[in-house]
Amino acid sequence: MSTVKTEREPLFSAKTKKLLLGPLNKDNPITVQVLGICSALAVTVKLEPAVVMSISVIAVTAIANLVISLLRNTIPPRIRIIVQLVVIASLVILVDQILKAFMYDVSKQLSVFVGLIITNCIIMGRLEAFAMANKPWHSFVDGIGNGLGYGIILVIVAFFRELLGSGTIWGLKVVPNAFYELGYVNNGLMILPPMALIVVGIIIWVQRSKNPDLQED
Amino acid sequence: MENLINIFVKSIFIDNMIFAYFLGMCSYLAVSKTVKTSVGLGIAVVFVLGITVPVDYLIHNYLLRKGALTWLGSEFVNVDLSFLSFIMFIAVIASMVQLVEMIIEKFSPTLYSSLGIFLPLIAVNCAILGGSLFMQERDYESIAEATVFGLGSGIGWFLAIVAIAAIREKIKYSNVPKPLRGLGITFIITGLMGIAFMSFMGIKL
Repeated sequence: MSTVKTEREPLFSAKTKKLLLGPLNKDNPITVQVLGICSALAVTVKLEPAVVMSISVIAVTAIANLVISLLRNTIPPRIRIIVQLVVIASLVILVDQILKAFMYDVSKQLSVFVGLIITNCIIMGRLEAFAMANKPWHSFVDGIGNGLGYGIILVIVAFFRELLGSGTIWGLKVVPNAFYELGYVNNGLMILPPMALIVVGIIIWVQRSKNPDLQED
Repeated sequence: MENLINIFVKSIFIDNMIFAYFLGMCSYLAVSKTVKTSVGLGIAVVFVLGITVPVDYLIHNYLLRKGALTWLGSEFVNVDLSFLSFIMFIAVIASMVQLVEMIIEKFSPTLYSSLGIFLPLIAVNCAILGGSLFMQERDYESIAEATVFGLGSGIGWFLAIVAIAAIREKIKYSNVPKPLRGLGITFIITGLMGIAFMSFMGIKL
């Protein structure tokens, strides 16, 4: 028994912790690996769609990673991209139908961007780079970690855009009326698409000033 | 005709794939280091968008949407397969990219050698799938409108990537703060370009 026990890795070892938390900062999919920006920024005008989008991406990444990792020894290498796309597309159809059934308003706001999770490079990237070569449990944790790393940037961007652009958070007013009476005006520029890019640029700036080893020259 | 020109101009400047919807950002950031390669990728995107959007239009209107299968017989009037559209569109895109690659290789080896590496990349470019999904959402009335929309979005994407590549070639000589170099400054420049492109808003022909 003891030999079996030493060979088995505990469910939450140092490695799984690293897989889960690494993408939040040093291996962040958006700001460091530059993946999955396509569908990320357009949903960040308000906090609610950003959170729903992040949860959808976390679910799709984790489950797709798990499925591909279980199938990894049976997929012929030549057609692996098609297999991966089919797995991702079926999961995204599921997510889309669930959103339409239970959160119709948010699903209307997200419009085509739910479908675009299919071509989100994070998912394809993790399947190619991780799930094809690792065990199911690790792949699942890696999927959740990368989904979280993607989600955290979305939520930060959406928080600032909603706070400065509409003076609300999650639809609730946070800027008191007294401010408006004194002449405070919501920054309408924050609601427009270009500011999402500039906010991400600033996040990258802050992150790289703190971690000099991430800087490019 | 006026309607077509309107859709064309709108999809290039106002609903620009990059500046208004951030589609295709991954390849936009990765391949925009030199003007030459970005021209190659841009042409390939125009090409593939111009083909896949009309093909997906036909699939959407004659196979998937509610009532689309009426041509098979009156018992199919209520069949609605639109939940299958994601998987159909991505399959069409992947196979079209393959087909386009083979055709170009056969008829124009010079074009093939300049586009070669970029064509397979395009299958996972969000702008292509995005084009088809926007076509589905906006419900264009004829295949001509869908084609013009596809070409217009492609040209808009082409303009954006060539412009950013030219700026990035120049910015190498500027003294950018160290943490901003590379990715950070590219994001901020794209944002500023987006603000410039917003001045086209409200143009109606």
